[in-house]
Amino acid sequence: MEIGLAHYLIVAALLFTLGIFGIFLNRRNVIIILMSIELMLLAVNINFVAFSSFLGDLTGQVFAMFVLTVAAAEAAIGLAILVVYFRNRGTIAVEDINLMRG
Amino acid sequence: MILSALAFYLFAGIAVLSGLMVITARNPVHSVLFLILAFFNAAGLFVLLGAEFLAMILVVVYVGAVAVLFLFVVMMLDINFAALRRGIRQHLALGLAVGIVLLAELVIVVGAWAVAPEVAAHTAPIVNSAVTATNTQALGAILYTRYIYAFEGSGLILLVAMIGAIVLTHRARAGVRRQVISKQISRSRAETIEVVKVPTGHGI
Repeated sequence: MEIGLAHYLIVAALLFTLGIFGIFLNRRNVIIILMSIELMLLAVNINFVAFSSFLGDLTGQVFAMFVLTVAAAEAAIGLAILVVYFRNRGTIAVEDINLMRG
Repeated sequence: MILSALAFYLFAGIAVLSGLMVITARNPVHSVLFLILAFFNAAGLFVLLGAEFLAMILVVVYVGAVAVLFLFVVMMLDINFAALRRGIRQHLALGLAVGIVLLAELVIVVGAWAVAPEVAAHTAPIVNSAVTATNTQALGAILYTRYIYAFEGSGLILLVAMIGAIVLTHRARAGVRRQVISKQISRSRAETIEVVKVPTGHGI
């Protein structure tokens, strides 16, 4: 019953896969896509903290904190863009966003 | 030891299940609430790993700020979510295929992985002196010395994000009377007051 590093890595892998799957599943709803990205970043953070704890190295926790910072900034900017887009177009269906033909 | 194993399986199981509910829930408000549950259980996993400070930061920053931000946006925008769920079946097969391949690859990597023997020479060990007794103290001691530039950079990123969000969502409405300070202080006495001689019994 010893919980090792592999257990945490499997949990993180499951969460990361759920994030990818969520992006594919909710292709039209950009709010759920942003939430899926948050899930993937959470999985990455679990990896960082697990390695930090099992290798006895604090650098992983410091880096996880920076990942958290960037994730918060990304959520704020993404939701701001979403609000502006909804105000202009009245919808958030991302499959219809092809104005720039990218 | 058996208690910590039980706690691990509880936190991990609820985290993965609520992660599944985030992407499959019909109502986006439920999605956000399950995201909050996933974050709480990940914080529990962090506590089990001995990273108490990051666990608290996860609760404060993610649950207190990011998830509430999502909740605000979901509740305040009048979005037809039923229309957004149309066509979910045609992406299901592709998403499942990609997800299964990715998960298999990740599991193979985890199974075949081992720490290189020379990695111990490069790690920053968790110092156990009186100054850095707790996880928070040790993290602060390393964050403000070795990683000070990265720390300042992350502060800059947050500042840019804050200004960007304000600039993006700010709108100038028509018909709103605002205070114009330069106009106020450049008024002269001549255009402000007028002395009128009022004849007695006549009024103006």
